[in-house]
Amino acid sequence: MIDVRIQSNNFNFGEEIKKFQKNKIDGAVVCFLGSVRDLNSEEELEKLEIEYYPKMAKKVLEETAKKAFDKWNLSQCLIIHRFGKLNVNEQIVLIITQTQHRKDAFRANEYIIDFLKINAPFWKKEHTNKESYWVEQNKKDLDINF
Amino acid sequence: MKIIFFAKIRELIGKEEENITFPEDVRTVNDIVSFLKEYNKIYYNVFENYDFLIACDEELVNMDYKISETKEIAIFPPVTGG
Repeated sequence: MIDVRIQSNNFNFGEEIKKFQKNKIDGAVVCFLGSVRDLNSEEELEKLEIEYYPKMAKKVLEETAKKAFDKWNLSQCLIIHRFGKLNVNEQIVLIITQTQHRKDAFRANEYIIDFLKINAPFWKKEHTNKESYWVEQNKKDLDINF
Repeated sequence: MKIIFFAKIRELIGKEEENITFPEDVRTVNDIVSFLKEYNKIYYNVFENYDFLIACDEELVNMDYKISETKEIAIFPPVTGG
């Protein structure tokens, strides 16, 4: 089962993981949880704004999940990505992959987050106590071979 | 053709979308970029000075992509999700 959600409201990590624990056969569940960080020592991050291209974002996330699902024989895969204005430490993205063997679950999860970081149309804008600016893409993310 | 913009590119262009009728000799994404650079100074500035990606009907495409079947073009900066 593939579940892809793009939403402004928060998600409940515990409730989401419970859904995966009901599976009696596939015991390997890997989670990636990304949150808002404040890494700038000179300015204080007040809000992180996430803009997205709705139609394309949903399509890219679904296609990415489908590729991982087929390649690593997943039984379940969840992707939640938030948009809107978020506070420091708020959850942004959750990826859960489940399969029989841990290595496949890890690989599938890493593939999804790496792929979406350079292909899914989301953009972050930081609003600090001094100014607002769009976050630049991390060029290192582009070096990954899929 | 409908062109939509996102994030920094949307702010630089100053609008969310624009409908432009391209001449018949505009056949590829590269032709669109060349056309828009001459269309006005704002587009010229964006394409000359900023990194951008182009999606045709929600698919990322290269500059040589042919636009004959395309209904919607999106222009946006490199993505920063996750």
